[in-house]
Amino acid sequence: MKILVIAEQRQGKWNNTSFETLVAAQQIAAATSGTISALVIGKGVAGLADELAAKNVAEVLQVEHDLLEAYTPDGYCVALSQVISSAKPDLVLFPHTYQVRDFAPKLAASLGKGMIGDCIGYRNEGGKLVFVRQMFQGKTAADVTFAGAAPWFASFQSGSFRSDLLTAHPSGKASVNKVTVDLKPEQIRTKPLELFKEAKSAVDLTQAPLIVAIGRGIKAPENIPQAEALAKALGGEIAASRPICDEGWLPMERQIGSSGQTVAPKLYLALGISGAIQHVVGMKGARTIVAVNKDANAPIFEIADYGVVGDIFEIMPALTEALEKAKGS
Amino acid sequence: MNIIVCIKQVPAKDAPLAIAGNWIKESDIGFEMNEPDSFALEEALRLKEKHGGEVIALSMGPERVKQTIKEALAKGADRGIHIADDNFAQLDPLGSARALAAAIQKEKVDLVLTGLQSDDHGFGQTGVLLAALLNLPHATIIMAIDVSGGKMNLKRELEAGWFQHIECPLPGVLSIQSGINKVRYATLKGIMAAKKKDLTTVTRESLGVTGEATQKIEKIYVPTKTKKTEFLTGTPKEVATKLVEKLKFEARVI
Repeated sequence: MKILVIAEQRQGKWNNTSFETLVAAQQIAAATSGTISALVIGKGVAGLADELAAKNVAEVLQVEHDLLEAYTPDGYCVALSQVISSAKPDLVLFPHTYQVRDFAPKLAASLGKGMIGDCIGYRNEGGKLVFVRQMFQGKTAADVTFAGAAPWFASFQSGSFRSDLLTAHPSGKASVNKVTVDLKPEQIRTKPLELFKEAKSAVDLTQAPLIVAIGRGIKAPENIPQAEALAKALGGEIAASRPICDEGWLPMERQIGSSGQTVAPKLYLALGISGAIQHVVGMKGARTIVAVNKDANAPIFEIADYGVVGDIFEIMPALTEALEKAKGS
Repeated sequence: MNIIVCIKQVPAKDAPLAIAGNWIKESDIGFEMNEPDSFALEEALRLKEKHGGEVIALSMGPERVKQTIKEALAKGADRGIHIADDNFAQLDPLGSARALAAAIQKEKVDLVLTGLQSDDHGFGQTGVLLAALLNLPHATIIMAIDVSGGKMNLKRELEAGWFQHIECPLPGVLSIQSGINKVRYATLKGIMAAKKKDLTTVTRESLGVTGEATQKIEKIYVPTKTKKTEFLTGTPKEVATKLVEKLKFEARVI
């Protein structure tokens, strides 16, 4: 199987999920006696192409154009559809990033193909690839297969493969092939402007060893001090799932998940958080996860080391007290 | 400014899911408007209030979907289009988008809005696919829309706290990030007014959509646990004491 991996960079910096996707590609290639082409797209990406060439891939495709300096869905789709039409891969793999969500379905559709997005794994069933993805907000998994002829398009969710398993090129370096694409300014209809961050972060949750996170279960802003008291007793930072920050109950910088921070603390205590995919991708790397939720079927328990099925308003004060006591002893 | 909002009806958030092959048993559960789409609807209503024009609520699925369209009409959409299809849940993202695009093409619209993704399939592809099929420019995960001089100035959300401003010409397609606005409730007046509003039903077959499915859901199932969870039970006080002990002496994280 001929596999093409579209790696993602922005302003010369890799999106690290790209390397997880390369690991997925290496595993699929090993299982199907396949080959991997890794692709980097942009302007002035020769250095990045060299980095990819040091990995265990058959070749690196370096797609350069002045009009590809800043990402646009139109520019990427026009360029990549030309590359795919000439390279003729069987399987095109992407990291499931916000950028990939923005263009990959269109790229596939422009070639008359579909895409299985946001996969968390795959199985090789006698040469046929079965992709696993979550549905119903993580409450169920689904086995999905491609119908029709290649190329097939799929993306893997962040954290689905371990990037430390990425193997280096056996003889030092794969060949880097420059690919020219035909792209005109009028084909790009949207105009990307500046990148910016909303506010200066007062707290860096990525460095916090202990995190107490609240979700919809907290019900009202006046209940947050209870969670803050618990965080204080623990000596940890308070964080939240998206709905809490959308409501303005906690600042955005304390949001954990795909659109917020990705954290890997020693302890993550999830209070009243159901465990939607968008949240879980931001915290599943935590060493120990404790979940308290009134719903025994909440997906958060799938990844919890310790679970308490119960009312957070009873558990929070009790736990605060127990922590204070343990500190004193 | 004429706006079409694509709205999906999905199982209610608290609905117990009984798995049946490659979908769920639909007979005993309630359905509701897909929450991410409610933000797109709200954004459409706000744009209409500012710039005039019409908001059309478009949805696909079996008869029950009409209820969700009526909810959109009660909130202020001007008319509804229902693409009737009993096998909607079995369509792949491209198949759904082809039917929606065919219905949209019959209308004169300046803007097509979708939510971020659905709470059931969660494909999150509809907006981008509509842009491809309608040959319109698009942008996704939008947090603010400002329309002036025939184009849109947008705030797009990126990962890890980053944002980007983008200019997008009209007509175009946007997928809206959840939380962009505070959604309104339908008023009694709105519910009464909705009864007089036009709700057209077309069958998916009548739209003349062709094309084979590109993917197939073979089966759905309860995910196998990757971690063994130890559940702690007892009174809140007992649970708290046990948990502190576990964290201190077993996990050794505090």
